[in-house]
Amino acid sequence: MKLKTKTKWTGVLLTAPYLAGFFLLFVIPFFISVSYTFTRGVGAMEFVGLANYADVLGSAAFRLAFYNTFRFLLFGVPLLMAVSLWLACMVNGRGREKQVFRSIFLYPMVLPVASVVMFFQVFLAERGILNSLLTLMGLPSVGWLDSETSFGVLLFLYIWKNCGYNMVLFLAGLHAIPEEYYEIARLEGAGRGQIFRRITLPLLEPSTVFVLVISIMNGFKSFREAYLLAGTMPHQSIYMLQHFMNNNFDNLNYQRLSVAAFLTFLWIFLMVAVIFGIRTRREREV
Amino acid sequence: MKRRSVCGTLLLALLSVLVLFPVIYTVCSAFMSNREILYYYGSLVTEEAGEGRWLPFHLIPDAFSLDAFYQILLRRPDYLIKFWNSLFLTGVIVLGQLALSCLAGYGFSKRRFPASQVLFVLIVILMLMPYQVTLVSNYIVLNAAGLIGSYLSVILPGIFAPFGVFWMRQVMDGIPDDILEAAALDGAGQMRILCQVVVPAAKGGLVSLIILSFVDNWNMVEQPLVFLKDRTKYPLSIFLSQINAQTLGAAFASGLLAMLPVALLFAFFQEELAEGISLTGRR
Repeated sequence: MKLKTKTKWTGVLLTAPYLAGFFLLFVIPFFISVSYTFTRGVGAMEFVGLANYADVLGSAAFRLAFYNTFRFLLFGVPLLMAVSLWLACMVNGRGREKQVFRSIFLYPMVLPVASVVMFFQVFLAERGILNSLLTLMGLPSVGWLDSETSFGVLLFLYIWKNCGYNMVLFLAGLHAIPEEYYEIARLEGAGRGQIFRRITLPLLEPSTVFVLVISIMNGFKSFREAYLLAGTMPHQSIYMLQHFMNNNFDNLNYQRLSVAAFLTFLWIFLMVAVIFGIRTRREREV
Repeated sequence: MKRRSVCGTLLLALLSVLVLFPVIYTVCSAFMSNREILYYYGSLVTEEAGEGRWLPFHLIPDAFSLDAFYQILLRRPDYLIKFWNSLFLTGVIVLGQLALSCLAGYGFSKRRFPASQVLFVLIVILMLMPYQVTLVSNYIVLNAAGLIGSYLSVILPGIFAPFGVFWMRQVMDGIPDDILEAAALDGAGQMRILCQVVVPAAKGGLVSLIILSFVDNWNMVEQPLVFLKDRTKYPLSIFLSQINAQTLGAAFASGLLAMLPVALLFAFFQEELAEGISLTGRR
């Protein structure tokens, strides 16, 4: 009995240093910031109910930022997952060249985008290399960073950067599928497409859920690329939630910031809860 | 069958070139002289947008030159200062995070206590939250502590980022309990078990955490923009994106040096990295 209580305390002591910072830096101030959302003024704050929410939700900048972030995830996440799964299937298996491909596709994840900014500037500028190619082919120039196209450019960067990580996750899932299943299916005369749909996809579900969550998480990080390439005021098609937050940090409007942060929190929390809810329900059914 | 796989390999090879192309172009251009860069790309910073000459596709240097490296390493101090600043910031964060994550990961994985599951779920929820959510909370605390504007304002949230704890717990979950019990029977204390049994067994996971955390912090953008008001304190990642007439000549070379630390880590530990990623994907 004595031993048992002692081991319990060990766990508490081991996690205490981290948890102290965790609560101090993240959890407690989070609740403070939520309480800000119902007040107005600095110092002597007055309770204003949901006025701040109405204010933020009514602001065109916030709605644009929210819409863009949502649209980005809506297109980006499925596209990224499809590309990564395809890559994983292509480089799965033994062989020197597959090992090399795996390394190459994983590399952009560790490449600092800041270090290739100059490359993108040279290629995407109005008189840049891509436009000069288009002109040579007799096509009109494209405003890569200052038109609707910048949304596509950002999607491309997101997939470029993240497909390697997801590919590795999918590969781990593929390795977990017993080889016999494939052999039996082949003996039964199943085609490639059939095997993929009936065996690979369903058995890959746990990995898929994890990849989905990770992809959403990394989708929000695309602000980095947007900022590094286009600065604080990009074209309006890639004006993200993070741009909205940063601009409000400049004039230190706590209430607006807190509302935006809390709404983002709720949104992601609900999304993840739904994903895991569906997953647990399906697990129970099986 | 055979033809199919040849086609696949060709396609993958083509994609590889595409994926690596920004790196290839940067590496090649880093060995051009200041003059050569200004000659080809000068209009990028001097002319008004939409005017001036076309930027050419220019991959192979006309004359191989170490001029740009000479400039940034020996002539102009700003780049080197930024480089070491970033290395210092990143190093402190990675080391701090590593120490805390090992302790907490061990606690959450092998020394569970009442409420430890709930706390871990809380940490995972926070991990999924983007900076958009956590920056405000951090700002409130850092401001109250008077740390806004100092490097500590970037270091502290970095060290306590929840990702490391999640990672180490996942990794340590994969270590069988038997070897811990064996060590305990031999009379080893908790710290000795952690340092001499768990950490060596979790080496692959540790190494991959170092790489991922290093990359994430080496590339930091959001935190310095908000917490460091002083532009001169901005790390390398932001500094590099601000190309102007003074920095243009050495922009490619600066980029090459900036990707070097992570590229080296990647080159030596890519297998551990891939192994670590697939390890944490399982729940």
